[in-house]
Amino acid sequence: MSVSEKIVADFVTNGIEFVTTVPCKQLGGVIDAVEKEPSIYHIPSNKEDEGMGLCAGAFMGGKRPAIIMQNTAIGVTVNTLVTLTQFYRMPLPMLISYRGELKEPVACQVEMAVHTKALLNQLNIPTYHFHKPGDEQELDAILKYTFMCNKPVAILTDATFWGGY
Amino acid sequence: MIRSEIIRDIAPILRDQLVVCNIGLPSQELHMIDDQASTFYMLGTMGLSSSIGLGVALAQDKTVISIDGDGSVLTNLGTLPTIANNVADNFILLIIDNGSYGSTGDQPTYAGQKTSLTAVARACGCENVVECQAVETGTVLQAALDSKKMTVIVAKCESGNIKVPVITKDPVVIRDRFMTEVAR
Repeated sequence: MSVSEKIVADFVTNGIEFVTTVPCKQLGGVIDAVEKEPSIYHIPSNKEDEGMGLCAGAFMGGKRPAIIMQNTAIGVTVNTLVTLTQFYRMPLPMLISYRGELKEPVACQVEMAVHTKALLNQLNIPTYHFHKPGDEQELDAILKYTFMCNKPVAILTDATFWGGY
Repeated sequence: MIRSEIIRDIAPILRDQLVVCNIGLPSQELHMIDDQASTFYMLGTMGLSSSIGLGVALAQDKTVISIDGDGSVLTNLGTLPTIANNVADNFILLIIDNGSYGSTGDQPTYAGQKTSLTAVARACGCENVVECQAVETGTVLQAALDSKKMTVIVAKCESGNIKVPVITKDPVVIRDRFMTEVAR
């Protein structure tokens, strides 16, 4: 089983049935695996705040949601995270590609990477960082934690974890 | 007619449905006119009424009406292709289009000028798009409910506001009672 398939298998084990995605090269394998999983409704969104709205609705409709996006999205979604997801106390696992870390070829990505953890910290969002192969073993516990505490939770996955570009 | 008069007109239709209501004055007006546990009032996050409503509709079978505004749809214009491509026949998007940002002091929107949200929704691929005048909103909304087809309604009205109190309910209470109605 590939890492991408393992991640989606953990989604399924934890009852996640509604996943929205914004495209990302690094998370392309996970997005493909989500699309192939018959128990998950995959709904691509055009912007990450829109995706968080969809996830909020799905949660209230009785389905466990998740969002897959890049770390640049943290800059886009601060207001939504604060006034929707957190204010109404909703769970939201956020599987995030941590662009701009070691092995990054594109300088501009670093500009958002240096703010990513600081912003998540400022927002009091529990944050986990998959850096080495095998770190995905914690995903199951992170998902259980997310739906226990009804909070948005960030899972940053960097290039070293994914084996480079 | 202004938005609050449309909301007053359609409140008897709304009270039996799950409703997601747009931030600011629309929520405050509906809350004052006919507060229902089955209404999810948005207290923040301008633009996401349609996204939240579509999410609720896709997750379960009961009909969901998202009440939105022209300004809010313009804020989250990407929602219309998502709606068009993820058909939920239990979803109705009601855009009350008064051509202005009512909650912030009636500044004009582009929807009140050259841009037709009806045409935009159709161009995005939405299949059942109905534009109506304010006075027809109730009839058109009831027809959309009866059709059991996903429908986007653009109800054209005049801009203008009434004085309404802010909503002081705790957001978790709003969310919890809405979810109780979803599960009922």
